[in-house]
Amino acid sequence: MREPRWLPWARWIVLGSLGLFTLVPLYVMATTSIKPLGDVQGDFHWIPTTISLQPFADIWRTVPLAHYFVNSLVVASIAAVASVTIAVFAAYAISRYRFPGRRVFSVTVLSTQMFPGILFLLPLFMIFVNLGNTIGVELYGSRTGLIITYLTFSLPFSIWMLVGYFDSIPTALDEAAQVDGSGPVGALLRVVIPAAMPGIVAVAIYAFMTAWAEVLFASVMTDESTRTLAVGLQGYSTQNDVYWNQLMAASLVVSVPVVAGFLLLQRYLVQGLTAGAVK
Amino acid sequence: MVASTTPRPGARRGTGAPDDGPQRSGGRGPGRVAALIPVRLRRLGLPYLLILPAIVLELLIHLVPMLVGIWMSFLKLTQFFIRNWSAAPGAGLANYEIAVDFDSAVGGSLLRSFTVTVAFTVLAVGLCWLLGTAAAVLMQGSFRGRGVLRTLFLTPYALPAYAGVITWSFMFQRDSGMVNHILVEQSGLLDERPFWLIGGNSFVALLVTYVWRIWPFAFLVLMAGVQNISDELYEASAIDGAGWWRQLRSITLPMLRPVNQVVVLVLFLWTFNDFNTPYVLFGGSAPEEADLISIHIYQSSFVTWNFGSGSAMSVLLLLFLLLVTAVYLVTTSRRTSRA
Repeated sequence: MREPRWLPWARWIVLGSLGLFTLVPLYVMATTSIKPLGDVQGDFHWIPTTISLQPFADIWRTVPLAHYFVNSLVVASIAAVASVTIAVFAAYAISRYRFPGRRVFSVTVLSTQMFPGILFLLPLFMIFVNLGNTIGVELYGSRTGLIITYLTFSLPFSIWMLVGYFDSIPTALDEAAQVDGSGPVGALLRVVIPAAMPGIVAVAIYAFMTAWAEVLFASVMTDESTRTLAVGLQGYSTQNDVYWNQLMAASLVVSVPVVAGFLLLQRYLVQGLTAGAVK
Repeated sequence: MVASTTPRPGARRGTGAPDDGPQRSGGRGPGRVAALIPVRLRRLGLPYLLILPAIVLELLIHLVPMLVGIWMSFLKLTQFFIRNWSAAPGAGLANYEIAVDFDSAVGGSLLRSFTVTVAFTVLAVGLCWLLGTAAAVLMQGSFRGRGVLRTLFLTPYALPAYAGVITWSFMFQRDSGMVNHILVEQSGLLDERPFWLIGGNSFVALLVTYVWRIWPFAFLVLMAGVQNISDELYEASAIDGAGWWRQLRSITLPMLRPVNQVVVLVLFLWTFNDFNTPYVLFGGSAPEEADLISIHIYQSSFVTWNFGSGSAMSVLLLLFLLLVTAVYLVTTSRRTSRA
């Protein structure tokens, strides 16, 4: 493309401002996490006067962060793996078969994505509480309740992304596998899944991130023993004080795993989004 | 809050196979006629078996709760009946009547929250789309630092909502925050330190935080859309003498229309339903000026423990979203097909 002479300037001004806007909070988060408490309570300083790694040691003692971390890890991992497994089968059916109800299924599943979370919150809360009271299945306050909820919430997006990936794999591949004696499920396991592996991993990461970051249900459906990071981080603010340096240090620590995963897989996510969105 | 989209009606992938027909897409090899019938029968059942787990979960966690929620909205479901809802007496339309009676305290605050949410959504979606498009268009082609910039832009979106928002909450603190440090001490624009997290400024704080967090999503999808535009179009138009602006107006923006349709719809639904940003930014309860509808319903349900009324509000919200989505899809699809 031929570029006018002013374009590089415009590019750097616009992209530079956006970069600054993006960067400043990240910078504040990082620098605040290495300041002693006294330095974050008074005036703001761009450059830390005293550097202290103490906040990174304190975060584990002020609140049971390790415990919340494990809760989030368990809930998000199981939800992600289960969601992707179920989505793989559903997406394979939608991508490879034309069956009555296929369209109704796709549209219904996708449209649940537009519904506000708050619409499900009150009834699910009621259902979970009353299931515990009537038949003794304690889903309220349990990890299981949270896992089932999260895995269902990421399911529509996972299915939609995977249909896009599967469509890009030539059907000739599965047919060749079937000629070799595999059934349709064998073809899925032996040919389609390996070929779509990058996409499957990307979708799993996405489902993991969603569960890791969820706030609304976590704030209502967990108790002290099952609390996740999303709610647990509130523990750094007490009635009198907010430990901002520890809060920033903890935010940094809980962000690192998901940000790293996301940035590694952004290319696959872009591919998947295009496959779905452009069609 | 997962990314989501609705497929465009009439725009399914073109495998050539008729939709909803019982046969498979793609050809089947000749021979093995005898085995054909049982295989066909088995194949008819197989897709249903494959989608069964997904259907069961969708039913249990989405459809059943939705129906239960609608049913709850017709009950007098106050705190006395939460643990034993079968005893809750019917309320008829009372929950709805209170919610839309704008002279009552409940209805009045719902209307105010709705107005705030509409204003917030229009501004936030507009800004996210504008920033996303500008960045996607300017990132076209290759230049030094492009990869680094792209990664940087996507980071706020990858951060868990609470981590990013809580940083903004620190920056907006009146006495120890960065924003007032710039406005009052460094630039001297203001003489007095304003409050950002209470009062009228809280709307601005919420908007800035939200746009910071969500515009990368618009950027991510639009960038993918821009990359999908074939280079030949640009080359051909350059031969015809089209300049950069002309190419932007006549090629890039029109080619992005299908992507835009999805992005704007998804942004609208997310923004209108956003709960995380105000909940974390204001620490549980939002000030009046930034009282988005989801947190309003949440607050009024869990403070008063009146779930019947909360459900009625949720159902009204759902009806509104359905209406807007339907109107949006009908109008944009018509425009796209005419173009």
